[in-house]
Amino acid sequence: MSSTSATSTDVHAHIDDDPHHDGHHILPLWVLLGTWGALMGLTVFTVTASTFDLGAFDLPVAMGIATVKAMLVLMIFMHLGFDKGFHSLLIFGSFLFVFLFISFLLIDRGQYQPEISSKTSETLLQGN
Amino acid sequence: MSDDHGHGDKPFLAHHFEDEDHQFDSGKLGIWAFLVTEVLFFSGLFCAYAIYRAMHPEVFTYAARSLDTMLGAINTGVLIFSSLTAAWAVRNAQLGQKKMLVANLAITILCAFGFMGIKYKEYSHKFHLGLYPGNNYAPVEGAFGDHVTKAEEVGFRLEQESDEIEGEHASAELADMNESSEHAGAANEEAHGHGAVKWDDPNMDPETKSQLKVFFGIYYCMTGLHGIHVVIGILLLMWLLTRAIRGHFTPTYYGPIDYAALYWHLVDLIWIYLFPLLYLIN
Repeated sequence: MSSTSATSTDVHAHIDDDPHHDGHHILPLWVLLGTWGALMGLTVFTVTASTFDLGAFDLPVAMGIATVKAMLVLMIFMHLGFDKGFHSLLIFGSFLFVFLFISFLLIDRGQYQPEISSKTSETLLQGN
Repeated sequence: MSDDHGHGDKPFLAHHFEDEDHQFDSGKLGIWAFLVTEVLFFSGLFCAYAIYRAMHPEVFTYAARSLDTMLGAINTGVLIFSSLTAAWAVRNAQLGQKKMLVANLAITILCAFGFMGIKYKEYSHKFHLGLYPGNNYAPVEGAFGDHVTKAEEVGFRLEQESDEIEGEHASAELADMNESSEHAGAANEEAHGHGAVKWDDPNMDPETKSQLKVFFGIYYCMTGLHGIHVVIGILLLMWLLTRAIRGHFTPTYYGPIDYAALYWHLVDLIWIYLFPLLYLIN
C-alpha cells in the first residue's frame, strides 16, 4: 500500500528485476505458512473462548477474533497489504457500507419495535 | 505493437490490451469490483441475522444447540488450509513452478470437496431430525439434543449400519449404544437441572417455539449461499487446473490464478464470520 502512483510510471519496465512493484508481489513461503498457522491458532482460540460464558462479551469477542482472522486473509493471502491502495479503498468501502446497512437497520428496529409489540395485529391493520 | 492484434508469441494477451501488465491490472480491478458486490450481496443475509438475533436472542441460543461445533470447526480448518494452498498456488504461478501449481490447485479442489462433504453430512443429519428450511420445518420430538434425540440418532445409525453388521456384532453394538444413550440422558438431566430450555418444556413460550424455524431459515440461506459459492469455486479451480496442466500460466501471465484465488479467499472470509455467528452461540 505504501507504493502507489509514484512507482506506476516505471512499473512496465521492471517486471522481472523488481518483484515488489504493485500487483506482482511474491509472498515468501514462511509468510504464507505463518499466516496459516496464525489462522488455525485463532480458530482454536475462538472455539475455546466460546466454551466460557463471557456474558455480554461473547459476541464481541467472537467477532473480534473473526475480524483479526479476516484482516490476516485480506492483507496477506489477498495481497492487499502490498497491492494498490485503490483495491483496499474498494473493499474497505464495501465493509463501511455493510456496517452502515446493519447499524441503521438495528437502530430503526430499536425505535419501532416497542411500538409494534404494543399493538395487536388488528389495530396495526386498522392503522391506529 | 498496436498493429499486432494477436500479440505474436503471447497467446493469452488479448488484443485490446497494450501489454501483460495492462491486462493483469484491468483483471485485478475487475475481480476486486466483483468481490465488493459479493460482500454487499451477503450483507443482506447478515442483516437478517442481526435483526433476528437482536429480536430473539433466546431463539438463537436454543436452536444453535442443534449445530455440531466440531464439524463446523473442522470445516473452518479445511477452508483455511485451502486458502493457504490457493495463496501458495499464486506464488507458484508467479515463480513459474508448474508442478507445484498443479499440486496446490488440486489440493485446493480436494479441500473444497471435503468442505462440501462435511456440509452434506450436517444437512442430512438436520433433515433426518425434521429441521427442514421454510414451511417444511417439522422437528421430531427432541430434535434439540435431549434424551429422545440421542435415541433417534442411535436408531438412525443402526438403520444405516444394519446392512453391514452381522447379528452378534449388531447386538453388542446395540448394547453399547443403549449405554451411551443413557449417558446422554444423564447429561441432559444435568443440563435440565441448570435451567436449560427444553423442546418439550411446557413453560416454553409458544411464540419462541414457532420462531425456531426462522433460525433454520437463516442458517440454510447463509450456509447454502456460501455452499453455492464453494461449488462455483470448485468449477473455476478445475478449469484452471486443466489450464495449468497444459502449461498456460507463466510469471508474466498468471492473472486467472490470482483472480480465482482472491475469490476463494473471499469465500473463506465469509465462512470466518459465519462459523462463530452460527456455531459458537452459548
